[in-house]
Amino acid sequence: MTELTALTIAELRDTLGRRQASAVEVAEAYVAAIEAANPSLNAYVAVTPDKALDMARASDARIAAGEARPLEGVPLGIKDLFATEGVHTQAASHILDGFKPGYESTVTANLWADGAVMLGKLNMDEFAMGSSNETSYYGPVVSPWRSEGSNAKIVPGGSSGGSASAVAAHLCAGATATDTGGSIRQPAAFTGTVGIKPTYGRCSRWGTVAFASSLDQAGPIARTVRDAAIMLKSMASVDPKDTTSADLPVPDYEQSIGETVKGLKIGIPREYRVEGMPEEIEKLWQQGIDWYRQAGAEIVDISLPHTKYALPAYYIVAPAEASSNLARYDGVRYGLRVECDDIIDMYEKTRAAGFGREVKRRILIGTYVLSAGYYDAYYVRAQKVRTLIKRDFELAFEAGVDAILTPATPSSAFGIGAMADADPVEMYLNDIFTVTVNMAGLPGLAVPAGLDSSGLPLGLQLIGRPFDEQTLFRVGQVIEDAAGSFAAPKWW
Amino acid sequence: MSVDIQTVKRVAHLARVRVTDDEAKSFQSEINAILGFVDQLNEVDVSGVETMTSVLPMAMRKRADAITDGAKAEAVVANAPATEDNFFLVPKVVE
Repeated sequence: MTELTALTIAELRDTLGRRQASAVEVAEAYVAAIEAANPSLNAYVAVTPDKALDMARASDARIAAGEARPLEGVPLGIKDLFATEGVHTQAASHILDGFKPGYESTVTANLWADGAVMLGKLNMDEFAMGSSNETSYYGPVVSPWRSEGSNAKIVPGGSSGGSASAVAAHLCAGATATDTGGSIRQPAAFTGTVGIKPTYGRCSRWGTVAFASSLDQAGPIARTVRDAAIMLKSMASVDPKDTTSADLPVPDYEQSIGETVKGLKIGIPREYRVEGMPEEIEKLWQQGIDWYRQAGAEIVDISLPHTKYALPAYYIVAPAEASSNLARYDGVRYGLRVECDDIIDMYEKTRAAGFGREVKRRILIGTYVLSAGYYDAYYVRAQKVRTLIKRDFELAFEAGVDAILTPATPSSAFGIGAMADADPVEMYLNDIFTVTVNMAGLPGLAVPAGLDSSGLPLGLQLIGRPFDEQTLFRVGQVIEDAAGSFAAPKWW
Repeated sequence: MSVDIQTVKRVAHLARVRVTDDEAKSFQSEINAILGFVDQLNEVDVSGVETMTSVLPMAMRKRADAITDGAKAEAVVANAPATEDNFFLVPKVVE
C-alpha cells in the first residue's frame, strides 16, 4: 500500500471511508514525517501530536458509527496566524511570545467541525509580512525543492511559506494559509502546490491575526485543485463575528471540477507582460494559453491599464492598515513586555524588541503615510487608484471574460539569503502579478504548471469574478490535467 | 517625496517603536526607496474617482444590540505579562 502521507485529501477520504487505514494511523504517519523533516525544513513552529491523536481517535469513532464528516480524519497544518484555542498562536513574531488564545478562529473552528485533525502550527513571515519566509522570528522555512545538482537551500516563498513547504513535503494533507498581497499564491507557485485566495469576504477573518484588514483573506494550500476545493468548502462561511464575511451560500466547489471549459472566455492581460520577464515565464504562460485553446476555451486579449500601479498603491494601503492593526501590541495585554518605569519607554522598548525589521519598517511607512499632512497625498490617492484597478477588472468581466490567466510569479524560487542585500522594493516585486487581485478583492488560484530549467516549480494564476471560485476550480483543473503534478525529491 | 532622519525618528516615536541612530539611518534609506517607488502614483489622474471604502459592495450587517458575551475577566487577562486581581498592570502614569 502507498505511504499514507502520499495520499491526497480526496484519496484519504476514500481510504478512511473504506477502512483501509484508520485516522489514528494516518495521524501517526504524519507526526512521524514531521519529526523526521522539521529539523531540516523548519515548516512547523509548534507540533501538537497529542491533539492530533485525540482528534483522530474521535474521527475513527465517527467513521465506525457511519457519521463521517467532509474532512473526517484529514490531518491539516495551520498557519500560525490563526487563533487556535490553548495552542501556540504568535504570527511567528517575538512580540506574541507565549500567547495562547482562549478562543478559536472561525476558519479553524469550521475545519474541526468538519472532522479535520490538527497537526500543529506552521511557520510564516512575521505577521505575514514577507515573500520568502525569511522574516519569521523562528527562522526561515526551507523549501523541499532544490535546484538540480545543488544542495543550496531555497525559499518556499511567503508569507505562507510553512504552509507551502509542509504541503509540498507531505508534512500535512493540506494547510490553511492567508493572502494579503500574494501570500498564498506565490508560495504555492514556488513549491509546486495549489493555492487559492478566495474573494474578500468568502472566509471569515475572525480570530485571524490582522495585517491589512481590507486585503487579508484566508484560503487553503493543497496538493491538487480538487483538494483545495474540498478545503475551501469547509473553511468558507458567513460569520456574525466578521461583518465583512459574505452572506452567500458556499457552493460545493468540488462539483465544478471536471466540467468542460469549452466556450469559456479566458482573458490574457497584456499589461502582465512586464519588462525583464524571464523567457521561461513567458513560455509557461504561452503553454497555458495553448492548453486552454486545446480544451476548447476562447482566448481573448484584454487590457488592465492600471496594473502597474497596484504594487505602489499596495505599499501604501497595506502598511497603513498594518500600522493601525499592530498598535495593539503594547506589552500590556499579551505577549512580550520590556519592563520600564515609564509607560512610553515600556511601549517603545517592548515594540523595539518584539517586532522584526521588516515589520518595523512597514509600521513606520504606515504611520508616515497616515500622519497629518500626508494622508490625502498618499492614503486617499492610493485608495482612489485602487478603485481604478478594480474597475479595470470589472470592465473585462463585463465584456464576457470568465477567467483571467497570468503567470503567478515573475520567477521561480530563489536561494535563502539571496535577497538579503536587495532594496525592499526588489523583494516586493515578487507580488507583482498577485497583488492586483487583493486590491480588487477578487479570487485568485495558483496552479503548478511546469518546472524551470533548473528543475524548480513555476505556477500559473487564474483570476475570477467576485465569489465565482467555482469557475476557477473548473478552469484550474485544465492546467493540472495538462501539466501533471510535481513532487520534490526527498532529501531530508 | 523623501524623509529626513528627524522625520524618521518622529514617526518612530509616533508609532512607539524605539530606534537607535543607526537604525533610523537605515530605515531612512529604505523608506525613501519605497516612497520613490510609490511616487509613480502621481502619474495617475484620479480626479473624479471615488475613494475605495469597501472592496466589494456589501451592506453592513448589524447585530442586535444585546449582551452576548462577557464576565470572563480571568480569560481576558490570562495572557497578560502583569496582572493583579484581573486588572492589567502598567507603570505608574499619574502622580
